[in-house]
Amino acid sequence: MDKPTRQFHVRIQEALNDPQIRANFRRAMDGLMTKRANMFPDPVELERLRDLGAAVRRNALAQLPELLERLEAKCAENGITVHWAESVDEANRIVLDICRRHSAKSVIKGKSMVSEEMELNHYLGEFGIEALEADLGEYIVQLAGQLPSHIVMPAIHMNTRQIAELFAEKLEGVGYIEDAEELTKVAREILRHKFFDADVGVSGVNFAVAETGSLVLIENEGNGRLTTTAPPVHVAVTGIEKVVENLEDVTPLLSLLPRSATGQNVTTYVNMISGPRRDGERDGPQEVHLLLLDNGRTRIHADPELRQTLQCIRCSACMNHCPVYARIGGHAYGTVYPGPIGEILMPQILGCEEVGALPGASSLCGACGEVCPVRIPIPKMLVRLRKEAVDNTGASPVKGGGAQRSFGEAATWKGWEKVHASPALYRLATRTATAMGGLPALGPLKTWASVREVPKPAAKTLHQRLEERGNSR
Amino acid sequence: MEAEHAYPGQRPRQVYLFGTCLVDLFFPEAGVDTVSLLEREGVKVIYPKDQTCCGQPAYNSGYHDEARIVARQQVRLFPGDAPVVVPSGSCASMMKHHYLDLFRGEPDFADVEALSRRVYELTEFLVRVLNVRLNDLGAPEKVAIHTACHARREMGVAGDADALVDQLANVERVGFTRQTECCGFGGTFAVKHGPISAAMVSEKVDCIEAAAPDRLVGGDCGCLMNIGGHMRHRGSPVKVQHIASLLWERTDG
Ligand code: SF4
Repeated sequence: MDKPTRQFHVRIQEALNDPQIRANFRRAMDGLMTKRANMFPDPVELERLRDLGAAVRRNALAQLPELLERLEAKCAENGITVHWAESVDEANRIVLDICRRHSAKSVIKGKSMVSEEMELNHYLGEFGIEALEADLGEYIVQLAGQLPSHIVMPAIHMNTRQIAELFAEKLEGVGYIEDAEELTKVAREILRHKFFDADVGVSGVNFAVAETGSLVLIENEGNGRLTTTAPPVHVAVTGIEKVVENLEDVTPLLSLLPRSATGQNVTTYVNMISGPRRDGERDGPQEVHLLLLDNGRTRIHADPELRQTLQCIRCSACMNHCPVYARIGGHAYGTVYPGPIGEILMPQILGCEEVGALPGASSLCGACGEVCPVRIPIPKMLVRLRKEAVDNTGASPVKGGGAQRSFGEAATWKGWEKVHASPALYRLATRTATAMGGLPALGPLKTWASVREVPKPAAKTLHQRLEERGNSR
Repeated sequence: MEAEHAYPGQRPRQVYLFGTCLVDLFFPEAGVDTVSLLEREGVKVIYPKDQTCCGQPAYNSGYHDEARIVARQQVRLFPGDAPVVVPSGSCASMMKHHYLDLFRGEPDFADVEALSRRVYELTEFLVRVLNVRLNDLGAPEKVAIHTACHARREMGVAGDADALVDQLANVERVGFTRQTECCGFGGTFAVKHGPISAAMVSEKVDCIEAAAPDRLVGGDCGCLMNIGGHMRHRGSPVKVQHIASLLWERTDG
């Protein structure tokens, strides 16, 4: 086992051993699953909506280069400056340059997973610029010096008591208050001032509309609206795949996203950003920038099957319904995007050397694919990425394809193939097992046997019994 | 899943049984009871003796060349147009759905496609093709059903096991919390990620035990080996069986 994989297993074990993590995630995921189910009482309507959602995203990806060009042109018309970044480094430098041009000391941030992908806070910090998270969950996680454990609810791994302790410890003049509403008030009070002191606001984007050059941003707390309107400069960061063709395309996605994510009909805020403050307008930033990050997405886009990864609208339903995620939580994955979407996306971004073992952490139960609002066949893609991780053709389209191939495992499957491709060998093997009456609990069987009785081969195989019964041919 | 389930208009006179490797070695009783159930309906059951494994373990592990070689060995065993009945939702789904991906672009794709159309999971076949009517002769008891994830989400046959058990007059079918959640088997997952799998199966058994059934049945021996193995490990009183065995045992006059 290579080092990253070993570390992955260590994190999993730590999470499983932590009763607080187990309880917090189980409770939260049970709640989210119920809320989503209540939002879609009519299965026919749900499937129709999913068809629409998938079609919109597939259509956008089918003409991605053209749509991006149109988006850039329209944004320019609207006064939004578009920047392209091939890599995370490039993206960070672009944001830094903008900050420097405005002599920015502090940046306020709305929730953005792409900025997490960039590790933007850390980067800006190294240049003496403070980046403060304004989304409540992100704020908590930042205060705790941690990373988000969920893509929609970043602090879902903590309960109210833990957050109360954190606030009491880290915030001057704040005592221990074990009350979610009171804690929210405290954070809001602190953040409110920061919005007006900040020199630059950074936000994410849910959908970038090519037809109109507008940026759609949904949220519940109002931090997105303040981030994108209060500071004099707004920088929206997003992945190139977030583009959709026209405004109508947004409708089914807006209907699916909050219902799939948090079980809400609509989010409290739906922001449509269509440029900087115009003459005569009383608020809004003087400058709006859109930063489009590639970071491996063009490569993903090139393969017709893997491309489906880019359909994702980051709703989190796949992780909310994942029995593995519910038990190990988001941090165990060790990647910005955890859960099923992370298992298929991260190996393609970071490469199979680093995280090629992620797709293996699934029982392939299919709960993720069943709920994905844009019909990404996640289980199929998990299998595909397992294949790419052990590729031996040297022609894998995935970064680091083949990196997880080990001689021992490959030899085991070769041996398995030899036995199961030869009826005679297979019969010999099964009859030997039957005659021996069992297998010693060694190697993989030891793991099995730690919590289960080891199955014993029957006295006679089905082959033998049906031979006697006269069904064999 | 993309493949359509088409059901023959007439009762077939004969079927093939694909027994699966797990049933062959560990649960032959389930296979024999499957044959008994089918034969009672007047259907002749042919068991091609050269069958081994559908190839799913290697397929799900990413070793697709190895899986294809083994799958190809099965494909040639079912000539003609008789249905292929599989007492496992997972292996049935492998043959019905995943073979199409595995053989796409291969010279024998057409054969594979033709076979995939004839593959049925056992409870699906009993309900939707044979339209069986069961006469319950057993004593009153409570039965819980664990439907395998692939039977539920890939084959879409979860309702068929329920319908069969509901035909048993003296059986009360009991549900349990988080019934649709995976039991943690997942083939090689149970070994590769033993600790997660262990956490999943122990919570699954907690939920089942809370409903206090006399018996737990399912259509997939992988799950049953996992759940039953853990139940015996912790000394649970619940009896675990393949659904074919429950059905045959209670209706065999
Ligand atoms: S993969 Fe699907 S379910 Fe998961 S976050 Fe993306 S859109 Fe949502």
